Amino acid sequence: MSQDNSKSLLLRGYVVLVFIFVFTPIVTSFIFSVNSDRFPTIPLGHFTTHWYETIFADPDVWDAFRVSGIVSITVAILATFIGFCTAYTDYRYNFTGKALYLSLALLPPTIPLVIMGLAMLALLARINMSGEIYSIIVSHVVLCSPFAMAVIRMRLAQINPDLESAAWNLGASNWRAMREVIIPFCRPAIASAFCLTAAVSFDEFAVAWFVSGLNKTVPVIILEILQGNTDPQINAIGSIVFITSMTLVVLAQLILMRKTINQTATGI
Amino acid sequence: MSDSSPSRPLVTFDGVSKRYGNVTAVHTMNLEIYEGEFLAIMGPSGCGKTTSLRMLAGLEEPSDGEIRLDGQRINEISSVERDTPMVWQSLALFPFLNVQKNVEFGLKMRQVQAEERRQRACKWLERMEILDLAERDISQLSGGQKQRVALARSLVTEPRILLLDEPLSALDANLVVRMQGVLSRLQKELGITFVYVTHSQSEAFAMSDRVVIMSQGRIEQLGSPREIYRSPASRFVADFVGANNILSGTVSQAGEDLEVKTTLGAFRCRTRTGDAFDVGDALDMVISADLVQISLEDPNTQNSLRCRFISEEFVGSIVTLFAELEDGSDFKVQARQRDLANMSLGEESSFFASWSTTDAHLIGAKE
Repeated sequence: MSQDNSKSLLLRGYVVLVFIFVFTPIVTSFIFSVNSDRFPTIPLGHFTTHWYETIFADPDVWDAFRVSGIVSITVAILATFIGFCTAYTDYRYNFTGKALYLSLALLPPTIPLVIMGLAMLALLARINMSGEIYSIIVSHVVLCSPFAMAVIRMRLAQINPDLESAAWNLGASNWRAMREVIIPFCRPAIASAFCLTAAVSFDEFAVAWFVSGLNKTVPVIILEILQGNTDPQINAIGSIVFITSMTLVVLAQLILMRKTINQTATGI
Repeated sequence: MSDSSPSRPLVTFDGVSKRYGNVTAVHTMNLEIYEGEFLAIMGPSGCGKTTSLRMLAGLEEPSDGEIRLDGQRINEISSVERDTPMVWQSLALFPFLNVQKNVEFGLKMRQVQAEERRQRACKWLERMEILDLAERDISQLSGGQKQRVALARSLVTEPRILLLDEPLSALDANLVVRMQGVLSRLQKELGITFVYVTHSQSEAFAMSDRVVIMSQGRIEQLGSPREIYRSPASRFVADFVGANNILSGTVSQAGEDLEVKTTLGAFRCRTRTGDAFDVGDALDMVISADLVQISLEDPNTQNSLRCRFISEEFVGSIVTLFAELEDGSDFKVQARQRDLANMSLGEESSFFASWSTTDAHLIGAKE
């Protein structure tokens, strides 16, 4: 009993350490974003929102947020749609070459981002499509679809295969069954995939940097600011990005968890 | 409203086969299902009973032969256009819809207006005695309640035939008996055809007018529960149904009262009309465990066997005794508990089992 206790205490300590390791830089960055000193030193100066004001006074930053917003929402819609279609194909059909189909569908995240960015640039430049907002969108859809597919595929793995047949049996056509049964069943996963892909796209730097041209996304403009000067503006914009993506990811997780708990009780 | 006399076939299976690759799930099946009857299809798992039902529902297409509904070929008609609702083993209720919406589903697919949908769904919920659960989520229901929702959902379109695929297999024993009553009554009141697939003899026998016994994709026997119980048509049926003892032998004396020679001795059996056996014919003698008398002393009749007591299974008023014959094969006897009370059978004790010449059922062995 006491051995169990000390073990769990040790484990808890370890978890706390891991969290400290992960979050210290982020928390530090946030603290210095509201600190009046120009350089990150201790002791701290006084509280200020000066750096946030400076950031938002810069029209380039506004532009970047606008581009990032358009890109991540469009990407989320397209990637979730493609992810759903891929996952459903996998769930519903058996065909030769399915393993190949699946590995191709899941391939993009395994490619190093720099290579991906370069390849995208090479291709898009050749067909005169680089440097536009849609170039970023296209590249990010490639990158994000597998995440959407993975999330939705997990949900489809829980569906009782009789549900779809039951819908047909009750007079629903293929499309109707999809609309009335498959999509409602997958709705939490679809919402979750939407948030997740939006977060991935909003965060992504390397590929966006290669293909964006003059349409800079937020991560790209961060690098630009960093190259120019090293005041806490960076910390301010970094904190905003972090909060945005964290919110999206946490939301994705919450939606998925709440529904799963609800419906595991429903049983098979 | 109900006309239970077999009138005309509502469904005809005409030489229907189903193959998956080189596996044949259903083998040239011929079957007529009548209007308003309760037909059970029974057999061990993998015998093709569910496949047959799914073909009728339009979820599988026959590889060969023709299925007719009301005289019309329906092979090519998709499940969507047939009105052959099914109650699933898994129930397949939609977890994201409440009870009411589940029941309305079939009507919604048929473009019925919202108000009429609601009324018709309520009528069935009331009939299934679950109207008060209309707004509940499926996850909040008990097993029996889910069962009733599944029935209401299938019946709401008022079909002429209802298909049931082992719907009671997930319920506990008490509830199964209750739901059997519900189904049986429902079928009689509605007067529509029920086709009920099950592996459970008690479910099949309790509810149905006729029972189909299937094995390895073929129909072994089709008849009333009583016929199947008392006159199994094949050794498979005799083994599968009830508690039967089977002794194999050859005919040593022909005539109305046959003599059958087996490794355990010769036995005398009255043939039933229609049966004709010649000397030398191989046959199986089926002795139902409940038709066997037992005694401690040798009854000195020809049809008796000495048994060594092995164990007993006590399920209330009926006791099944498991015993071993002289050649080591098993023998089962069913008796009333109170008849056994004064026999004090214990381990290693032996008794005599006997049966009358009219109680053995004869099955000619297939060449």
